[in-house]
Amino acid sequence: MQSLSELVTQAESEIAAASDLVALDAVRVKYLGKKGELTARLKGLSGLSPEERPAAGQEINIAKKAVQEALNTRRDGLQRDALAEKLKADAVDVSLPGRGIARGGRHPVSRAAARIEKIFCNAGFGVRTGPEIEDDFHNFTALNIPENHPARAMHDTFYFPGGNLLRTHTSPVQIRSMVKEGVPIRIIAPGRVYRCDSDQTHTPMFHQVEGLVIDRGISFANLKAVLHQFVENYFERKAKLRFRASYFPFTEPSAEVDVEWEEGKWLEILGCGMVHPNVLENAGIDPEEYTGYAFGMGIERLAMLRYGVKDLRTFFENDLRFLRQFN
Amino acid sequence: MKFSEKWLREWVNPSMDTNELAHRLTMIGHEVDAVEAQGDGLDGVVVAEVLEFSKHPNADRLNVCQVSTGNGSAVEVVCGAPNVRVGMKSPFAPAGTKLPNGMKLRRSKIRGVESNGMLCSAIEIGLGDESDGIVELADDAQVGQSLADCLDLPDVSFDLDLTPNRGDCFSVLGIARDVSAMTSTPMKDPSVAPVKATIDDEHPVELVHPEGCPRFGARIVRHIDMSAESPIWMKERLRRSGLRSIHPVVDVTNYVMMELGQPLHAYDLARLNGPIIPRLAENGEKLTLLDESEVELLPNTLVISDDSGAIGMAGIMGGLSTAVTSDTKDVFFEAAFFTPEMMAGVARQYGMHTDASMRFERGVDPVNQIRAIERATELLIEIAGGEAGPLVDHHVDQHLPESRSLELRKTRLSRILGAEVPGERVTQILSGLGLKTEPDEDGWSVKIPSFRFDIDVEDALVEEVARIYGYVEIPEITAIGETPLATATESKIDLETVANTLVARDYQEVISYSFIDEETNTLITGEKSELVLSNPISQDMSVMRGSIWPGILAATSANVARQQDRLRFFEIGKTFHGTPDKPNEVVRVAGVVLGGNVDEQWGCTAQAVDFFDIKSDLMAILGMSGAPDEFEFVAAEHVILQPGQTAKIFRNGECVGVVGKLHPEIGRRIDIDKSVFLFELDADKSFAARVPVAKTVSRYPIIRRDIAIVVKDEVTASDLVVAAESAAPELVQSVRIFDIYKGPGIEAGLKSVALGLILQETSRTLTDEDADTVMSAVLRKLQQDFGAELRD
Repeated sequence: MQSLSELVTQAESEIAAASDLVALDAVRVKYLGKKGELTARLKGLSGLSPEERPAAGQEINIAKKAVQEALNTRRDGLQRDALAEKLKADAVDVSLPGRGIARGGRHPVSRAAARIEKIFCNAGFGVRTGPEIEDDFHNFTALNIPENHPARAMHDTFYFPGGNLLRTHTSPVQIRSMVKEGVPIRIIAPGRVYRCDSDQTHTPMFHQVEGLVIDRGISFANLKAVLHQFVENYFERKAKLRFRASYFPFTEPSAEVDVEWEEGKWLEILGCGMVHPNVLENAGIDPEEYTGYAFGMGIERLAMLRYGVKDLRTFFENDLRFLRQFN
Repeated sequence: MKFSEKWLREWVNPSMDTNELAHRLTMIGHEVDAVEAQGDGLDGVVVAEVLEFSKHPNADRLNVCQVSTGNGSAVEVVCGAPNVRVGMKSPFAPAGTKLPNGMKLRRSKIRGVESNGMLCSAIEIGLGDESDGIVELADDAQVGQSLADCLDLPDVSFDLDLTPNRGDCFSVLGIARDVSAMTSTPMKDPSVAPVKATIDDEHPVELVHPEGCPRFGARIVRHIDMSAESPIWMKERLRRSGLRSIHPVVDVTNYVMMELGQPLHAYDLARLNGPIIPRLAENGEKLTLLDESEVELLPNTLVISDDSGAIGMAGIMGGLSTAVTSDTKDVFFEAAFFTPEMMAGVARQYGMHTDASMRFERGVDPVNQIRAIERATELLIEIAGGEAGPLVDHHVDQHLPESRSLELRKTRLSRILGAEVPGERVTQILSGLGLKTEPDEDGWSVKIPSFRFDIDVEDALVEEVARIYGYVEIPEITAIGETPLATATESKIDLETVANTLVARDYQEVISYSFIDEETNTLITGEKSELVLSNPISQDMSVMRGSIWPGILAATSANVARQQDRLRFFEIGKTFHGTPDKPNEVVRVAGVVLGGNVDEQWGCTAQAVDFFDIKSDLMAILGMSGAPDEFEFVAAEHVILQPGQTAKIFRNGECVGVVGKLHPEIGRRIDIDKSVFLFELDADKSFAARVPVAKTVSRYPIIRRDIAIVVKDEVTASDLVVAAESAAPELVQSVRIFDIYKGPGIEAGLKSVALGLILQETSRTLTDEDADTVMSAVLRKLQQDFGAELRD
């Protein structure tokens, strides 16, 4: 008869040779099953004297334990391998695109407008809108542009029979908001505006954002600060601004603002000024008590500068290939 | 306004170069559009005199000239100009010279005759863009002198984009004033020595409409020589200021207008009939203008008239019948003040815009007329001889602008600017601009000169101080104000969120024009809009849109034409309704979808998008209102949509939008042969939102019970759901439809609908018996309302 240690060595080598769980189980049955060889040796203990039995039993149990441990280890290994195999088969090509609907996108003008709004809203400005079909009073007269004022000629206004018009700027929202809400007030008013002009650098419809702040003690110095901060914020870089004297009937003093785009190259980006006392009076506000500033900028212009759009007209051609670039 | 830098520097000559001057002008409000170098590259070109010339032996149109260039022997040169004559002085470019246009002259033989250079035309030396021969220089030009020196070159033309408030700057004098103040450089005394009358002749003028013409300076100059040429220096200054030389009389009036800002008009005295009367035009009165166009005058137009009728549009353009011609012997000068109120908008209503009208509309100096006539007389007599009559100043004082004084308070100045400007500097700036300024207790008392129509309030003085002091000197100070926090409402879904949700659902935003063509608008809205523009940019942009669909459908067909086969567009914008006097603007959210429900991709097959894909997109945005249950889709009809696939969307009984499939007939008309779905929502009504109110979530388990019933085909899903929910509102948490079946086993006209009910109690665990009771109640309700039968 083989010695126990030989039997264990033989079992261990069979365990190692078992290539799958079924083969491994056969090895288990062969040694530890009801009719297994180690089981048989336990049964054979009965043939020993009572003095010999404990020592012999202990030896067999040690051998059984060794075989059982070898079986367990091998089984864990085989199970791991089987799982690894299965997982390997489940592997996907992670470079394949995701499934389902894609994402659309905002129009670049809306995207710029949203950005402008966000910057000013963060600074405590409220957002207001106003009608696009305006009357002469709000679009011109209340803004200190009386009938036949030469400034009207600059506006190329679309008219309806009866004298109403398409607003030529977002400035009428200034008047409507001041009258409705009173002062102090701190708002911006984005929206569509219209001018009867169409060529390479003009579209008959475009977008502006108007800004208006009226409070006690508001000064030109405040206007300079807010616009400088806005421009740096919008373009996300340090920017040099240049306030140039200009003329708008509804502000006094008035300025146009240029940003230094490249060394020595200045681009006009907006118009602004201190609200003209006549405009405040037209809105029922005492210009001795309150002062304020207003500004207006073309959203298309800011979008063009920000996103490198060269041709204004592409904004309204709605070519999907153009629009997708801003998604 | 275009002017010559040299001319300006004759008036005020600050010590700064051209670029610095241009920059400073821009900064004080006179934006420099262009700085154009004049007379560069004339090295080597000299003044030459034609000593003799003879016909070229081998060419009919050429002459062989002997010219003197001042040093030694005559130079032979072949010349083709028709105006060459003996004794004429002209620019000569000797062989070896490189002309401004890049042409390099060589000694050469022209048809066998040696030519040692070229007598030059204006074009060849860059002094004009037209020519009818070689340039004729003044008789007193010094032979041999460089042409540049002779013509006071090089020079620079400035082109300023003047703001409409600064009518006073439409002259060298006006610009000089601002430059003088800006640079603290004294300027030339603008006064003109009177020309003594040598004859007594006057022509009568009657100011019958002093509201429009309160001043009219007049003078006769007799016996002028119309064959005289304007001197080259005058022609050059005019040219560098963008004006063409015509003849001495016109040149003189233009020159004075450019110099002093006062438009003048000269009449042929012999062609005047009776007194000159500025008056309002009679309705329908006709007038042939200098440019030979005929206008029918409107009664708001001031005309200059004589016994023959209107002979000019006052301050806009003279008439042809009294114009100065080459036969004119005697002229009558007019230098008038037509009030800005009279002139405003008048030229524009005739589609006209002249150098004169531009100045009068903005306001010319009402005390400058006499000076202008003196200057014009002096120049005309110098050029064309003649004898001046007395200068007559007709005026009606009570209609002339009153002189104004304004007080500028120190406190106002610093309050508006947010900066302290030193007091002496304020006085210096305002005085420099020609405003008589006296410091007083609170600030300054300022007398506004007659030429500054724009300074009418204290803040205008603040602006004058600020722009000359320099905006750059004003600090940046962040405001700390009393303005309360901006409001942020939760009772309305903001359109940014709506837009971003649509974007997340694969929609691309577009922006289309608010005005569209009338036919499409009528077709799509089913009614003719009254909002028709009086002056549209074109017929296809003439009415205000009553729907966003025309714009997004146009974008769709344009992109389909560009081979795009899947499009999902949305636009947020206004639609316009009502009448021009009572317009009604509605903000709408509209969308168009064409092509597959997903992009072509691996692992899932794209299906043609259908009604329910769109409905799901709509519910995603409508649901943000916090009240999805308030919306109901009801089968409807629409002029451009396909019947049976069209719904109106109601919210609490009010229609808030439409969704449906584009009628294939309409699709065909706009070149789209695929199925297209459209929606349009009224934003205010759709996105009013409910602030959520939390309810306690039940801790007890739910029971799900399914039931399949057979009902008539026309029973709608939403009716079944509402009825099922209402059978036991406390226990039925939700009802969903998980299957709809028509076909074998179900009688025609009927359908089988499978409903899944989620049942739950908030205070205890439901028992099966509870569930059975609920389900019986539900079935009863469905039987009662719709004749539903339980499907086996």
